Amino acid sequence: MAIAADVPKDGFRLSQLIYDTRYRSYTIQIVVLVLFGLGVAWLLNNVIENLAAKGKVFSFAFLWQRAGYDIEQTLIPYTNDNDHFRAWMVGLANTLAVAIPGCMLATILGVIVGVLRLSKNWLIGRLMTVYVEIFRNIPLLLWILIIAVPMRELTPEPRDFVVTAEMQAAGEAPVASMWLGDSVALTSRGINAPLPLFARPLGSLDLGFMSVNLTFLATLIVILGSFWVNRIIVNRARVMQEETGVRPVTWWQSVLVLAGPFLVLMVALGFHLEYPVLGKFNFSGGVLLQHAYTSLLVALVLYTSAFIAEIVRAGIQAISRGQSEASAALGLRPGRTMNLVILPQALRVIIPPLISQYLNLTKNTSLGIAVSYLDLRGTLGGITLNQTGRELECMLLMMLNYLILSLLISSVANIYNRSIQLKER
Amino acid sequence: MAVTHRYVRTEMLPQQTAPLTERGAVKWVQTNLFSGPFNTILTLAGFVVLYYLLQALLPWLLNGVWNANSLAECRAIIAANAGEGASGACWALIRERWHQWLFGFYPQDQYWRPVLAFLLMLTAFAPVLFSAVPKKLLWLTVLFPAICFFLLWGGSVWAPVVGMLGFVVLVVVYRLAQPIIGVSPGAGAGVVAAVIWWLFLGAPLANFLAGLMPWGLSPVTSDQFGGFLLAITIGVTAISFSLPLGILLALGRQSDMLIVKTLCVGFIEFIRGVPLITLLFTASLLLQYFLPKGTSFDIILRVIILVTLFSAAYLAEVIRGGLAALPRGQYEAADALGLDYWRAQRLIILPQALKISIPSIVSTFIGLFKDTTLVSFVGLLDPLRGVTNVVRADINWKGIYWEPYIFVGAIFFVFCFGMSRYSMYLENKLKTDHR
Repeated sequence: MAIAADVPKDGFRLSQLIYDTRYRSYTIQIVVLVLFGLGVAWLLNNVIENLAAKGKVFSFAFLWQRAGYDIEQTLIPYTNDNDHFRAWMVGLANTLAVAIPGCMLATILGVIVGVLRLSKNWLIGRLMTVYVEIFRNIPLLLWILIIAVPMRELTPEPRDFVVTAEMQAAGEAPVASMWLGDSVALTSRGINAPLPLFARPLGSLDLGFMSVNLTFLATLIVILGSFWVNRIIVNRARVMQEETGVRPVTWWQSVLVLAGPFLVLMVALGFHLEYPVLGKFNFSGGVLLQHAYTSLLVALVLYTSAFIAEIVRAGIQAISRGQSEASAALGLRPGRTMNLVILPQALRVIIPPLISQYLNLTKNTSLGIAVSYLDLRGTLGGITLNQTGRELECMLLMMLNYLILSLLISSVANIYNRSIQLKER
Repeated sequence: MAVTHRYVRTEMLPQQTAPLTERGAVKWVQTNLFSGPFNTILTLAGFVVLYYLLQALLPWLLNGVWNANSLAECRAIIAANAGEGASGACWALIRERWHQWLFGFYPQDQYWRPVLAFLLMLTAFAPVLFSAVPKKLLWLTVLFPAICFFLLWGGSVWAPVVGMLGFVVLVVVYRLAQPIIGVSPGAGAGVVAAVIWWLFLGAPLANFLAGLMPWGLSPVTSDQFGGFLLAITIGVTAISFSLPLGILLALGRQSDMLIVKTLCVGFIEFIRGVPLITLLFTASLLLQYFLPKGTSFDIILRVIILVTLFSAAYLAEVIRGGLAALPRGQYEAADALGLDYWRAQRLIILPQALKISIPSIVSTFIGLFKDTTLVSFVGLLDPLRGVTNVVRADINWKGIYWEPYIFVGAIFFVFCFGMSRYSMYLENKLKTDHR
């Protein structure tokens, strides 16, 4: 047979490695792998040579040396006698302190702006379009600076709040005064705000490698528990509605379950606010929010919410008009149409790009460098790096840290995404 | 006898105008602003916000001063014109220092070079961006990188010429080798030949030619670059190089070859997982470790390389989305026509996949352009933070806040908004479905 005769009988020839599609992909992959290996080896060799030339040893021992620098905003206990590792953890906590509230606030603001942009109201629609276009098309760095610079340089000094006896006698008002019933003061050093405190805290549990704040834990358990009980109540109401067609009145049960235990716990723990009090030169008591933190958070929220608004708008517009018309035909009111028909479907379109916005926001917290915010980059990749001179180790750890953070966020978000996607059977 | 009186109207009555509430401005206001209680509240809230914005902004803008030599003088003029305590913008700062925001510390007598380069850039991009422009201009596009480099950095004319000849070597070797050994090995051979040219033959040849014909412009060093000149140089270079790189990475990620795929996925996910700032610090701090001892090259070039890699990873993901959105039948049809891999990609897959991903590609570009402001953290003089800090440190202008940021923000807005409008135009032009 002719076809059989065409098959080469003399076995394997070298040229088949390039011309035969069965082998070609192996050839290419091996060449790529060898080139990649050579490249990595070359880089590593350079690193070793350069380290030797500078007389440095690749080691992470510096993490256990005394850090010796102060961090203004510490969410976990820290003094400058702690080691660099502790400073790194403080920085990580500061990064999360911007990223987590930032994601929440940006989502809320973004959804509001996105929905309002589709409003039939001409004025509101235009205002929201202007908002989105302005914040999307101007660099984030500008928003951070334009909020931080006046906050630092145009706000009054703490001594401007002082009322002296002479001023009282003359009936003069101080240069600046506090807001919200003498509870919040905006000064050039930060925002003094009331601090929530507990008169009878539960203390903390020392597990050796870390300590657990029992008060926080108890609050968390109570909140989660009441949500769980509330879910049972709502589920039971739904079952009853499906069986009998009448939905039992449950709102007061929900309110009781959601608010009651929490309020009881707060009273039992002795919840109160500590207000900032003006001393001779400065405010004491309360909490001092650093301008670096506030401006970074506000700028990130404003900037990211513009992107989220666009995602929400696109998601809602992706739902075909037939859906809202069908629900109108069923007699649903516009509000219920939005909640029961449009948003659940739009959510499937919205979630994946929303996840990448959360990732962007988290990575953008590193722009805190512009206002000297001591986050992950400011501690580990900033002062620690400069003090110890260990560029290679610090940068590696920092990149690894950001990478893990990104992977964590995207995996959690992807689990949620999978749970709401259309189940095709 | 019965007389029937019939009355038949012979002409139509003229149509009456609609009631006042159903037409014109009244109707429009009613449907668009006050169609219900909720909308009414929204509208009123909108007007309140607008009122406060205008109340704060309008006097400030209207009292703006363009001619003054210092902030104190500015304030005095405003107080004299609009009364004591009036607020006003001091645009005189922009008038005095605009050139620093545009060019940084580029020598003033050489400003014609960046301006010429910018105009040439517009001309070079025209045939790529708009189909109505004659295609012969593409030759300018191809030559533009070398011309631009020569204009901006100056020095001997022969270095960029020899550099471009390297690409000629690449193309010639590829043309000769491709019929014999196929596309990928041919391209590989071309690259190897070009690298040999650049590394070993280029410099002596350029020196030799410079000795024979010492033509050139006065050299400008990288630390004199700044402002929008720097932002556009980094942005445009990174955009032009990241697109092809991103396409290659996306194809690699979609490839059947396990090793190629793994490497591409690893690269993309690594770059996308870390902030750009860490990569810029890598450029300024770590590259000295990864390169052979004693090599150091220009900081702008280092930054451009890292920014290119950064946006290539993002583009790869965007283009992968486009590739994945193509129906399977397109790939199968290309196979059925007997096209090889590269022909299928070039003629069938990529034109469609790129078209789908145009909006996302352009938003990646916009993001990249905005991110060029981050180079100020590695010591370059970007317009937003670098130049503004220099200007605000001047004793005459100490205490000025809003004007510089508004000026720089407005220029960024024009560029980015323009890019997004262009992407909408392109999307419309390439739309082939009948919706």
